[in-house]
Amino acid sequence: MLFKKIGFRLIFAVALTSLVIIGVFAYFNITSQSSSLISEVERHANQLGETVISSTRFDMMLNQRDRIQQTINSIGTQPQIRDVRIINKIGEIIYSSDSKNINKMVDKRAESCYACHSEDQPLEQISITERTRIFKIHPDSNRVLGIITPIYNETSCWQANCHAHPKNQKVLGVLDVSISLAEVDNAIITRELEIVIFAIVAIIAVGLLIAFFVRRWVSNPVNDLLNATLQVSQGNLNYAIKDLSDDEIGKLGSSFNNMTKKLAEARMQLFQSDKMASLGRLAAGVAHEINNPLTGVLTYSSFLLKRTKDNPELQEDLNIIVRETIRSREIVKSLLDFARQSVPRKSNANLNEIIDKAIIVVEKQLSVKKIKIIRKSENNLPPITVDSNQIQQVFINLFVNASDAIGKDGGTITIVKKQISLSPFGVAQIKKASCPKRHSLIDNDFKIDGLPALKVKVVSAGNGGIIHLDPVYGKHRNHYYPGVKIDKETKFVCPDCDTSLVQPDKSCPQCGAPVLAFEISGQGVYEVCSSENSNWEKWDFVDSSGLKEYIEIRISDTGCGISKDDLPKIFEPFFSTKGQKGTGLGLAVIWGIIDNHNGTISVESEEEKGTTFIIRLPLTQQK
Amino acid sequence: MNKQSNILVIDDESVIIDGVVKICSLENYSIDTALNVTAAIDKISKKYYSIIICDIMMPDGDGFQILNELQKRNIDSALIMMTGYSTVENAVNSLYRGAIDFIPKPFTVDELLSSIYRANKYQQINKKQKQSLIKDQKNELYYVDCPAKYYRLGHSSWLFEERDGSVLIGVCDFFLATIDSVAEIEFLDLENEVAQGISCLTIKSRDERIHKIHSPVSGRIIDVNKNLKLVSNLIEKDPYFEGWVYRVIPHDLGYEIKNLVPCSSDRMQIRT
Repeated sequence: MLFKKIGFRLIFAVALTSLVIIGVFAYFNITSQSSSLISEVERHANQLGETVISSTRFDMMLNQRDRIQQTINSIGTQPQIRDVRIINKIGEIIYSSDSKNINKMVDKRAESCYACHSEDQPLEQISITERTRIFKIHPDSNRVLGIITPIYNETSCWQANCHAHPKNQKVLGVLDVSISLAEVDNAIITRELEIVIFAIVAIIAVGLLIAFFVRRWVSNPVNDLLNATLQVSQGNLNYAIKDLSDDEIGKLGSSFNNMTKKLAEARMQLFQSDKMASLGRLAAGVAHEINNPLTGVLTYSSFLLKRTKDNPELQEDLNIIVRETIRSREIVKSLLDFARQSVPRKSNANLNEIIDKAIIVVEKQLSVKKIKIIRKSENNLPPITVDSNQIQQVFINLFVNASDAIGKDGGTITIVKKQISLSPFGVAQIKKASCPKRHSLIDNDFKIDGLPALKVKVVSAGNGGIIHLDPVYGKHRNHYYPGVKIDKETKFVCPDCDTSLVQPDKSCPQCGAPVLAFEISGQGVYEVCSSENSNWEKWDFVDSSGLKEYIEIRISDTGCGISKDDLPKIFEPFFSTKGQKGTGLGLAVIWGIIDNHNGTISVESEEEKGTTFIIRLPLTQQK
Repeated sequence: MNKQSNILVIDDESVIIDGVVKICSLENYSIDTALNVTAAIDKISKKYYSIIICDIMMPDGDGFQILNELQKRNIDSALIMMTGYSTVENAVNSLYRGAIDFIPKPFTVDELLSSIYRANKYQQINKKQKQSLIKDQKNELYYVDCPAKYYRLGHSSWLFEERDGSVLIGVCDFFLATIDSVAEIEFLDLENEVAQGISCLTIKSRDERIHKIHSPVSGRIIDVNKNLKLVSNLIEKDPYFEGWVYRVIPHDLGYEIKNLVPCSSDRMQIRT
């Protein structure tokens, strides 16, 4: 389980590597240290051997054996020295610091002698390493270093008075010094222990350090990524990774965020179009089912109307039935139109009259609920170009919603109308755009927020593609795609004829990137920065036409309000808080109608205090 | 008025049949009814109906089956489709396949009566034309066919594609021949959207009937022929050139043109 974590694996790998490196280092270190210690002891023992020989030389000449024995004894008492022996030619120990060994014979085949006596004829000259041996007396005792120093025959030896040695003898005997290596061994063990401790500490330290950085640079970001993918796989497409670093994982995270965003948008769009499709099916079904009874009502009422031309009283009532049935027909049709996203039939109309008619329809319902309607209006509001039926539908729906929100205890609905001027920035829509060779650059297959986008072909080294620009001046919801890389060499051209759309001799005042220009027939030139990161755009024609006139209608109620969670959803089809009572289509239809009038509808609401719908309709329709 | 015209009404809803029967009785048409496709085909095979009014969707089939049946038996009944809004595309398609008109449900008495009136006229003109062909061996001109390269929606409206991608829309002469002389034309305003098969123009004739003309194409109106308002009878004098009605930027001409009849094929038919 632990080993399945990338951080642990990395730490493990690093620890293993440092273990090997430190191990090899320690091995060579200890080997060289112990060999230098041993050779030091060797040198020391050799020197000691030479010293013993030279210090006993005089006594040997005088053949004063007691004094020789005494010297050897006193040397032998030194703590590190285990034994000092002089062995004669035939292998007899003649002097020894250990008196028990005196006069004992040494086996020439024994280890101490083997270096010289391996051949039948013993060697007379051997190097120091060959004279040295390291051995253990018992398997569990300390190591001992023994060194043999041959005592060579000299003139003074065979000329001495004792005549102990003949002239032709080359080696008279050997001095064997054994030195205990206990101290050296201890030093080596201490050293080994130190290095092992150092190695462990180093590995742990390296491991911790690596763990820290791995956690910081790898594990945490990877866990964030993992968590994000989990969230996304569970359907939470709003999840974004925060605190992105500037390394590869950070870039991965940011492109993941980007991907999720695109996915969310795509899903939203899919969701919306799915809903629209079901709405369309529902509307088509409803239309067919309702149209038949409606046909009955309309044919009979209009038939009666024809038959009763001489009865004015009846005519009046029948006219109302016919008129209202025709309105129902328009409502059914507008529902279908909404599903098909079509545009209304507009004519000049008086907003006051439309509101009057809407109020008459809901008057009874409102008076039962003790709801008062307060109307405030600027004088002399100009007529407005709208589809009266559709706008009346909007008001009726809003009044019914308001009265539902107010409930039984009564309240007020306030309608405020005024004329306002808004900058076209963020409102004006580009409906026609062409390249210098008059190819249309409007992409009807790709819509941004329901409006056909502008398409631009991007060509850069090795790849290319289409980018889509927001047709609404000032909104800048442009669609660039991750696969399309944009750099200094990138060309922006018309998809049909490859004519460049870049404005020569001009660059974006914000970021210096090339500026794209679109000809808007009869409405000048629309310019926009080609960079994804800049939001510079300019449309002189619209800017110079000044502010656009709107009529703003605010419809406020004193009802229960809309919760913050519900607020963003209320214009979605099939969203309803009324349970079985509502279809969830009312506000969606309203939104569609207002949108088709190039207007906007927004909502402000506070729970338990009330809701205000703000509708803005352009006085004149955009040409 | 014309007692000879007998009408067959086909709908699965008896309330609609009863309504249509009542309306038709206002103008003294003799009328027969059928509640489903099978019964209707049975009646068609037994008796000639000058006009057939047929719902497009019925439990045991659709209006197209009636159309096919008429063509198979070579019966020249004028067929009027009744449709819900959801089936506008079907309705437009039925015009392509030989229906002479469709009326969207729900309709008023006047709408139905003017449609029947036109169908009746249509039959009269056809009859006269046939008679004149037999009698004089020549084609007497009762109406002007729309020019080649034009497309028409049934016999009501025509469309001509201009080089700049916009299209001109007008009223077919045959349609004008089936109504009394034009008294008043009611236009849609500029910038309004028209949709294929949805009425785009209302003509009031001198006999006070109201005739709605279905648009041959969906799109946005960018120009209205002002001369129609200034020069009276222009639409009748020159329905295909000076008497155009709207200039429209079409939304999806390539798709919708499939439901339109190319006028060049009309001329072929006459020659052969």
